[in-house]
Amino acid sequence: MDVNLRVQRYDPAGDRKPYYEEYLLTGQPEGVTVLDALIEVRENVDETLGMRCSCRSSICGSCAMRINGQATLACKTRVSSVAQPDGSVTVEPMGNMPVLKDLVVDFEIFWNKINDIGPWLKTEGPVPEREYIVDNEKMLNLIGTVGCIMCGACVSDCTVLAADPDFLGPAALAKAYRFVGDPRDAHREERLADYVKDGGIWDCTHCYYCVEVCPKGVAPMEWILELRREAEAAGHTNHNGVRHSKVFAESVKEAGWLDEAKLAMESMGSLKEKLSLVPVGLRSLLHGKMPPTGPLHYKRPGADHVKRIFEELEAKE
Amino acid sequence: MIFEHDVLVIGAGMAGLRSAIEANRAGADVAILTKVYPVRSHTNAAQGGINAALGEGDSWESHAYDTVKGSDFLGDQDAIEILAQEAPSDIIELEHMGVIFNRDEEGRLGSRNFGGATHARTYFVADITGQAMLHVGYEQILKYKIPCYNEFFATSLILEGGEAKGCLAIELRTGEMHMVKAKAVIMCTGGVGRAFEPSTNALICTGDGMALAYQAGAPLMDMEMVQYHPTTLPSNGALLTEGARGEGAYLINSLGERFMQKYAPNMLELASRDVVSRSEQTEINEGRGINGCVLLDCRHLGEQVIRTKLSQIYDLAKDFSGIDLVKEPVPIRPGMHYIMGGIKTDVNGRTMLPGLFAAGETACISLHGGNRLGANSLLELVVFGRRAGAAAAEHAARSQHSGAGEKRLKQDDDTIRELLGREDKGEHAGPLRMELGRTMHENVGVYRTAEGLTKAIGLVAQLKERYRRISVGDKGQVFNTNLTAALELGNMLDVSEAICRGSLMREESRGAQFRLDFPDRNDEQWLKHTLAYKDGDSVRMDTLPVKITRWEPVKRTY
Repeated sequence: MDVNLRVQRYDPAGDRKPYYEEYLLTGQPEGVTVLDALIEVRENVDETLGMRCSCRSSICGSCAMRINGQATLACKTRVSSVAQPDGSVTVEPMGNMPVLKDLVVDFEIFWNKINDIGPWLKTEGPVPEREYIVDNEKMLNLIGTVGCIMCGACVSDCTVLAADPDFLGPAALAKAYRFVGDPRDAHREERLADYVKDGGIWDCTHCYYCVEVCPKGVAPMEWILELRREAEAAGHTNHNGVRHSKVFAESVKEAGWLDEAKLAMESMGSLKEKLSLVPVGLRSLLHGKMPPTGPLHYKRPGADHVKRIFEELEAKE
Repeated sequence: MIFEHDVLVIGAGMAGLRSAIEANRAGADVAILTKVYPVRSHTNAAQGGINAALGEGDSWESHAYDTVKGSDFLGDQDAIEILAQEAPSDIIELEHMGVIFNRDEEGRLGSRNFGGATHARTYFVADITGQAMLHVGYEQILKYKIPCYNEFFATSLILEGGEAKGCLAIELRTGEMHMVKAKAVIMCTGGVGRAFEPSTNALICTGDGMALAYQAGAPLMDMEMVQYHPTTLPSNGALLTEGARGEGAYLINSLGERFMQKYAPNMLELASRDVVSRSEQTEINEGRGINGCVLLDCRHLGEQVIRTKLSQIYDLAKDFSGIDLVKEPVPIRPGMHYIMGGIKTDVNGRTMLPGLFAAGETACISLHGGNRLGANSLLELVVFGRRAGAAAAEHAARSQHSGAGEKRLKQDDDTIRELLGREDKGEHAGPLRMELGRTMHENVGVYRTAEGLTKAIGLVAQLKERYRRISVGDKGQVFNTNLTAALELGNMLDVSEAICRGSLMREESRGAQFRLDFPDRNDEQWLKHTLAYKDGDSVRMDTLPVKITRWEPVKRTY
């Protein structure tokens, strides 16, 4: 088959900004992957193409890049599964990390976030002579997070990180659950207290991009939600995130739709934070954009059905 | 720049990480230098597990004997005894560090069967054992704040007064040459799979450490012992774990026969890897294959086992062969996988070059002799990584730093500048590497003859000659992988020469070496190791007797 790669190029020594270069490869085998094609380019067409790659078996995490706009591993992506109707495949470096050259990004940001969560098992007390005796189910549950190969795809496409570089991000937080959920770890409480701080678990906006792009099925966002449940259960309830999720649910349960102004106001824990919303509220009011709130927040038709769904789910919990 | 540490570990796979942890514990200022990032190393690819005689009814002697037999009696028995005796405590330590091993119903470590083993002594994390261990190793590096020179490519060792004193390395991010001085160096750079095409190995497995040590005067041992893994995918050479057969999967030929009944009536699919790979190749050569493959059949294991214990290979078969293991058998064939040979070391990782230590696939102690048993390689990394780390720290404590300075740094820098500065009219590394890989696979593969080996030696010599005139297309400084590919090829050519020479010298069939012209094992003449020394532009061969402590060689059947 023919492969038409459209690759974003950038050499810091000579280029002021990135540009695209097209490579047409003919007579490639049917199962050719994007990585196979890029290696073919690098070895036989254009040796200057910069990229990272190693295992070719989606286990080392080196070759994550954006293929047709979405981060994934080039080694597990078959050209035939992503080629556009015109036969082309667009390959770009990952996002949220600065580009060093062509498809190579600066990974330091990624490693620093991993390091920030205290990523090693912290046991206490006498060390047993043999292994720690723990429930296999709990260990099997952790394999979901241990399967992370740190390729960076989730960090690349995280919409929160794009707006707030201080967010710990999906990979580091999934890794955080790996210790919180480990019965051998004795620092669960401190970890949770740390992860609820700004930049932590409550900053995720559930956009699902990390779940969608993860090439190993780790689904980082699910672990972030799990950490939230654990943090609340451990008493970390005095947090804007906790209030936000409660008010959100209550408002929809009662009226069938969201009371946005109330949500904003009641999510805030301190008077100072509440007052900071006043100018925004006034501007909304002046422009006629203040959503109906409080007594004006009327029930939508069918709101009772919504309430019934809530009640049934609550009864199940 | 010039950096200084007591101990420098080159390579950040599990052998490198474990040796760094131990050197750190011994109080040494240790640093790791790696051409990739730590969690990218090829330890990741070990799927099935790690061996130890931990279970009831098992004994270290049994583990040791299985290893000796697996090695076809070429393994040094003093080293194998240490491996089997220290395995249990090293695995318990990994568990304490955080590895999430599979457990039984009582919450204790649970094990699985593996090839060549008489007990179920393979401990595992689903089929991602290597990855799970490597990531925990990296966690420990962060815990102990051990500095890492990430994405630095080592170009040569510093030698002074006949001792290794650090290395020179290019920082890939800037293209800058640096010197890292150390009182002891531990080489943990993995195997040389890329000298073969195809291979299960990662693109980074280019024998750099073997070549650097060899060029510095340390001999390579038993390099002819190259393992072909029985179950690799034809499309890209990817590995499907032996754990599949450990869980009970069958090997089937085109007639639907479980052909291992003919070759290994007792152990069947779980005979040692050399035996299974040769049996498959015989089936294929005699016309009972399917497009150069036989079939691995997992269907009877059921979806539950496949999805939980073999999930990675389920994905690999789906992604790379388009096959659902639950519903269909997958075509597989023997593929180059591992090298039992390496830099000759003693049981504490000391090479024959003072100050230079080695551990892991790079090293040859020799544990695996003619054939490595599955799940003994991860074990080697932790047992002998630990021992090399301790010995290197001890050596560093009574050793001085080198006096080498800018002049020595400029030497390597000039070599690189000359290579980069050449007009781009020569051949390129990529196609030459492909020629090397095919030459090695065709002539130094499962079945070998003097004729084929002599041909390979000639072809490798020609490639070396052409290599002298290669050019590099990318002239840039930042992340020039074209330059590193050229340097890697130089390393692979040196190591390949030693592989071919060892294979031609050993006129017998033992373990992974099968000579059609010498089809029998010859204990009278060849119960010994081959040694390859670099002697200017040629190779000087020598031999060394095998250490036998308690198990005299007997005929090997499975």
